[in-house]
Amino acid sequence: MGKIHVPGVIKAVKKVRGGVKVNHHKNTADLEVVRMPEPKQVILPMQQHIGAPCTPTVKVGDTVAVGQVIGDSDKPVSAPIHASVSGTVTAIGNVKLPGGAMVQGVTIESDGEMRLYEGIEAPHVETKEDFVKAIRASGLVGLGGAGFPTHIKLNAPSKIDTLIINAAECEPYITVDYRECIENSWDIYSGIRTIMEFLEIPNVVIAVEDNKPEAFKILEQIVDGDSSAGGAIKIMQLESRYPQGAEKMMIQSATGRQLPPGKLPSDIGCMVMNVASTAFISRYLKTGKPLVSRSLTVDGLAIKEPKNVRVPIGTSISDIIDFCGGFKEDPVKIIAGGPMMGVAITDLDHPLSKSNNALLAFSEKDAKVFKETDCIRCGRCASACPISLVPTRIVRNTKAKDADALVKDGVMVCMECGSCAYSCPAKKPLVQHMRLAKALVREAGAK
Amino acid sequence: MDLKNKLVVSASPHDRTHKTVRSIMLDVIIALVPALIASVVFFGPRALLIECIAVGTCVIFEYASRVFMKREQTVGDLSAVITGLLLAFNLPVSIPLWMVPIGSAVAIVVAKQFFGGIGQNFVNPALIGRIVLLTSFPVAMSTWTAPLTWSKQALDGMTSASPLADIHTMVSTGVTPDASLTEMLLGWRAGCLGETCAIAIIIGGLYLIIRKVISPTIPLIYLGTVALFMLVAGKGDLSFVAYELLGGGLMLGAFFMATDYTTSPITFKGKIIFAIGCGLVTSVIRIFGNLPEGVSYSIILMNILVPLIENITLPKPFGTPKKEKKEKEAKKS
Repeated sequence: MGKIHVPGVIKAVKKVRGGVKVNHHKNTADLEVVRMPEPKQVILPMQQHIGAPCTPTVKVGDTVAVGQVIGDSDKPVSAPIHASVSGTVTAIGNVKLPGGAMVQGVTIESDGEMRLYEGIEAPHVETKEDFVKAIRASGLVGLGGAGFPTHIKLNAPSKIDTLIINAAECEPYITVDYRECIENSWDIYSGIRTIMEFLEIPNVVIAVEDNKPEAFKILEQIVDGDSSAGGAIKIMQLESRYPQGAEKMMIQSATGRQLPPGKLPSDIGCMVMNVASTAFISRYLKTGKPLVSRSLTVDGLAIKEPKNVRVPIGTSISDIIDFCGGFKEDPVKIIAGGPMMGVAITDLDHPLSKSNNALLAFSEKDAKVFKETDCIRCGRCASACPISLVPTRIVRNTKAKDADALVKDGVMVCMECGSCAYSCPAKKPLVQHMRLAKALVREAGAK
Repeated sequence: MDLKNKLVVSASPHDRTHKTVRSIMLDVIIALVPALIASVVFFGPRALLIECIAVGTCVIFEYASRVFMKREQTVGDLSAVITGLLLAFNLPVSIPLWMVPIGSAVAIVVAKQFFGGIGQNFVNPALIGRIVLLTSFPVAMSTWTAPLTWSKQALDGMTSASPLADIHTMVSTGVTPDASLTEMLLGWRAGCLGETCAIAIIIGGLYLIIRKVISPTIPLIYLGTVALFMLVAGKGDLSFVAYELLGGGLMLGAFFMATDYTTSPITFKGKIIFAIGCGLVTSVIRIFGNLPEGVSYSIILMNILVPLIENITLPKPFGTPKKEKKEKEAKKS
């Protein structure tokens, strides 16, 4: 452990409490990202980000090209949506998101040409304002899973002193961020330099878990090879332990600061960016091609050929699974996202959204459907909680509908990482209880 | 393929630890095996008979209670087996066999199922069973048999004093107890079935710590507190401290009773307070009380305080400011 003395390599300033040792299942780590041929049809939901939904800017019958804006909003927290295939708009109606919410969606029938929109050119960026405007136009949202519009993050009113590049990828199965580090490491680096320059950020920490030594090595070589950064960019090796990659945990590991409840990272001088988002920024500034496709990991015992695949946004989940050879056996559970925080979906018609980084089809064996038993107060949930909550207590207070007690218990700080439920021997659906508790508190607050 | 209405939908996370309540209880049972073997070696087949009766009746009472109360059957979680074993470990070998089911009934029916079953009891069921037997049948519960005499003579002829009474007075009288320290460690002394062999209990305790079933916090602090107290009470006599640690049911209590999930605090600070409390009460009863032994009472007393201890030791949620700051802010506004 103590043998790393290379300048630029650091350890976590303040270690993360609790967490769980999960089975990593990084089966697809060695599989290069392959491009999926364009599907016959895509459905683009008007809400693929945190914030206000977009309104369609096209009509049924319109001809659209790749990269053309088809949905936008005048609300500040939002991100425009672009056509991901060229073709004809055939329908504008309701689509169901994996979580169950209904939003407007634009269906585009592909003409098979993948014709690029004529208006696409590299943006002219000279100032921070130009930069933020360009990123808004790119439609970029956090590609790590949260889907927060990136231009809002970049336009924070407070001074940022540390930029944290999140390459931890602590969710099991998912390997697309790892592949990004291996395949597009220079894009990541130039993205970092761009953000540093426009936002005048003095420190950068690239965080990688120690189960990805190859990614670590490549990034280290690049950082060490460029003396112009003057040692401002450091690489932090984190213990592979879930949930190291959560934003709050990242900030604590990199700077020792704890994000107070209800505050944004920028309020304490930090900005956390996913590696894939960072790499996208550098590519966008070069080409001007908006966010119309993304990489995701397709894995799970029920999938015939697990893959890392680059897919046009809006492609239906069944098309993606067909591209991966279809099912080997009957899936018991299909998850959009990782196994710790992903959403179990009900059918395969859902379209892929911007923030979806994995698609897992679990067979009987890996779906692990357990029977719930009584709580024995073993306290494993409390030891696993990275933010020091006592979940079993929150469950009791939820059942008692005691909103005041729940606020004191700190349930609103909960980020639903699932460490508590993972470690519960009684198989309690603790995350579900946390969500119920939060709803209860919100309801009580609204009264 | 039509998958509608066939897919399982549940809240995240979709991966779970392989540990279950049953697997944890099985680990505890495995950890109790060394002490079980020791009890049979020192106290003979009658020890095994008592243990079988205790476990059997506990399981039957658990099963019957659930059936009678029309609740979901929980006998499969194996917790009743542990209660039965621990109850038997707290009985002397000469106890009339008909008393054993009474202890089981109190432990399982009254202390556990009346309060809602596993995870809901506020005191340790096995200890309540023992205390009820001790107060109801004080003579039968305090008749001690010398170890390794079972093969030679009839049981009732070989009663012996509990060494604990001698230990408490060893400093003032200057008389060392009958058993040497090595004999105490091996379990070569009179006492309850499962409490005498310290080595076997420590092996079981270590197994639980290695398997991460229990944390070492409670046993270490409990034993440490008793050791410190006895060091002062014995005016620095180290052999007195060792005798006190190995004597009575302290080892069994510290590793297997005080660490019971349901009746000990969840919070780390709470565990420390709980263990110090157990140690102090045990020591005070032993030195100043009329009773020779205080482990059961101390753990029961601290069990009752667990909700209060937890309330004052809750950890601060991530990122919440320190108390003084909050108060200052409140004053400002």
